[in-house]
Amino acid sequence: MTPVSSKLYTDDVSLLMVLIDTNPFFWNSVKSTLAFSTFLSNVLAFLNSILLLNQLNQVVVIATGYNSCDYIFDSSDSQSQTQRVEQMLQKLEEFVDKDESLGREDSVDGPGFSLLSGSLSMALCYIQRVFRSGPLHPQPRILCLHGSPDGPGQYVAVMNSIFSAQRSMVPIDSCVLGAQHSAFLQQASYITGGVYLKPQLLDGLFQYLATVFATDLHSRAFLQLPKPAGVDFRASCFCHKNTIDMGYICSVCLSIFCKHQKKCSTCGSVFGQAQTQDSSTPDRKRKTPLDA
Amino acid sequence: MFDKETKDGKKQFNRGDEEDDDGEDDKGLDAWERAYADERSWESLQEDESGLLRPIDNKTLYHAQYRRRLRTASAARIQKGLIRFLYIVIDLSRAAGELDYKPSRMVVVARQVEAFIREFFDQNPLSQVGLVTLKNGVANCLTDLGGSPESHIKALMGKLESSGDASLQNGLDLVHSLLNQIPTYGHREVLILYSALSTCDPGDITETIQKCKTSKIRCSVIGLSAELYICKYLCQETGGSYHVAVDEPHLKELVLEHAPPPPAIAEFAIANLIKMGFPQRAAEGVISICSCHKEAKVGGGYTCPRCKARICELPTECQICGLTLVSSPHLARSYHHLFPITPFDDVPASVSNDPRNLPKTCFGCQQSLLNPASQAKLTARPKCSKIQNVHSWPVSCYTIGNMPGPCVCCPKCKQYFCLDCDIYIHESLHNCPGCESFRHSRPVGAVEG
Ligand SMILES: [Zn+2]
Ligand SMILES: [Zn+2]
Ligand SMILES: [Zn+2]
Ligand SMILES: [Zn+2]
Ligand SMILES: [Zn+2]
Ligand SMILES: [Zn+2]
Ligand SMILES: [Zn+2]
Repeated sequence: MTPVSSKLYTDDVSLLMVLIDTNPFFWNSVKSTLAFSTFLSNVLAFLNSILLLNQLNQVVVIATGYNSCDYIFDSSDSQSQTQRVEQMLQKLEEFVDKDESLGREDSVDGPGFSLLSGSLSMALCYIQRVFRSGPLHPQPRILCLHGSPDGPGQYVAVMNSIFSAQRSMVPIDSCVLGAQHSAFLQQASYITGGVYLKPQLLDGLFQYLATVFATDLHSRAFLQLPKPAGVDFRASCFCHKNTIDMGYICSVCLSIFCKHQKKCSTCGSVFGQAQTQDSSTPDRKRKTPLDA
Repeated sequence: MFDKETKDGKKQFNRGDEEDDDGEDDKGLDAWERAYADERSWESLQEDESGLLRPIDNKTLYHAQYRRRLRTASAARIQKGLIRFLYIVIDLSRAAGELDYKPSRMVVVARQVEAFIREFFDQNPLSQVGLVTLKNGVANCLTDLGGSPESHIKALMGKLESSGDASLQNGLDLVHSLLNQIPTYGHREVLILYSALSTCDPGDITETIQKCKTSKIRCSVIGLSAELYICKYLCQETGGSYHVAVDEPHLKELVLEHAPPPPAIAEFAIANLIKMGFPQRAAEGVISICSCHKEAKVGGGYTCPRCKARICELPTECQICGLTLVSSPHLARSYHHLFPITPFDDVPASVSNDPRNLPKTCFGCQQSLLNPASQAKLTARPKCSKIQNVHSWPVSCYTIGNMPGPCVCCPKCKQYFCLDCDIYIHESLHNCPGCESFRHSRPVGAVEG
């Protein structure tokens, strides 16, 4: 009655959900240092090595686009290795074309952000399906190969995904290819216990991927993986979607605002006098040193 | 048969999964009850039209139950995230040394208070707790209001000795004077864990009770021995709750009832905007001197965004500039209450019976929506404990039959989802993958007037 394969599902069998940033504005901005095609050949070599590490390993690729997100590849429903690559590249090409056609003509200054919250949500749904499939399943993890800057408008959705991943004990690894650190992915990896890496030299991408992100979760315990160089815990204000490190918080619903408001736009509470809360803060401060 | 085999498998495979949210499903059942439940397997069978036995389609049943939960939850959306200032008053009089609770009343109380404090800060990220003890006829402030669970627990565990009488009035007077200093946006609360059967007061306690009432301090009492009139009166007057615990599990339940925020009563707190900072976490391995302990420390720690002082723990107030510092992910945990996603619509049978109307797969998890029979081999196995559905489904919940599976549709993005994803999306993820995957339809986080 027990399927033969279930005996082979040991703790080092992995399900790797790879989220590839396909934002054309981002790839255009880095084309001198890392062309999209070079990036893809590095990633394909990496994915092949994952599949070769253990015959039960599974790889699912989701494209994080500029206007949409979609599943690109699932190793559980394809056969030979050569077909795999062709199949994936073809799906990716279709996706990029479709993603572009969805775009409106409005001009974008800077690379603009891609839909990270969408691909993260899809990956988590897929992982839940794997959990549903029975007590014997590969150990899932998510790897974000991301370059676009954070979209502050996605703050709540990305955080929701992070917390859901944390509850399911799914680590979110991130490899940031852009010029700046990503506060979203720093928090995602910190909260879920994943690895956050911003490679110094992008032409050595395959080495970074193979040494840092190829090991299964069980074997990670024996490795010295990169430690976070700080975590950016800034939040986005609800009013302008700006990233802020100081702000005002509604005491009723905890909404964050960058400037003082008369009324909370989220829960409708009307705020008391601004002066009283300003004076209360130093008050309480004077008290605290006596605590110890 | 099937059940037994997989239960063993589950145990082997999930060695490290104990902390999981959803591991509680079996806790309520004792071992003998569970065996009984397993043997009632005939109840999960039904006869189909041709007289063959097949498993009951519990899947749609569970889904209907979940829809009801969703409706009631969205109807009664209470305001979360209120800022509470709570003093826990612990009776350490002679009566707390009694041994009717094992090993003694005060040890049991301390254990429950520890669990409560941790739970409280999880559910009320910006709130603060302080501890007061009653002993030898006087009240003592053990810890001031603060946001760090560890310091309260440490202080309490170091002071576990009982002696003398308890004075309810002295306790209330002290708490009243302390809570009067807090900012007006906070909810003022007192939770008294009372062991004694009397109170030894210097004056008229009813005056003190009236004082608390006018200061809008909500007082609740949990008794450990028997009901006392004065406690009941206190709770009635101030709008709190009064219960007497019969044993340790009951005590635990009563204490934890105070962890979720009480339904907001508008007159109890004034809404306010509070200025706060979101410190960054410093790199591992960096050495700096912290402002809270005045020590040089390696790694970890946070930096105040206003004055750049280093702080060891969040939430706290900056010792240098007085800014309230919180961890922004801590706030973000409650945001799904603010931006709930719309319930998905059922797809009418007339639509779903015609395969041409539907996409082949669930938008979220890629599971086939067309032919559940082909998936049956894969899915008709018990599920892993990491599964996020709060009410996990029994083995028999899969439709075995050659008909289109039931599915739902998001009214905003018009994507189709399987029932499993529907529940996961609404109960754990709190994002619609469809809405999040298209730039033009982005409802989440939008400021809605
Ligand atoms: Zn703003
Ligand atoms: Zn509000
Ligand atoms: Zn310190
Ligand atoms: Zn400061
Ligand atoms: Zn699904
Ligand atoms: Zn598992
Ligand atoms: Zn949707």
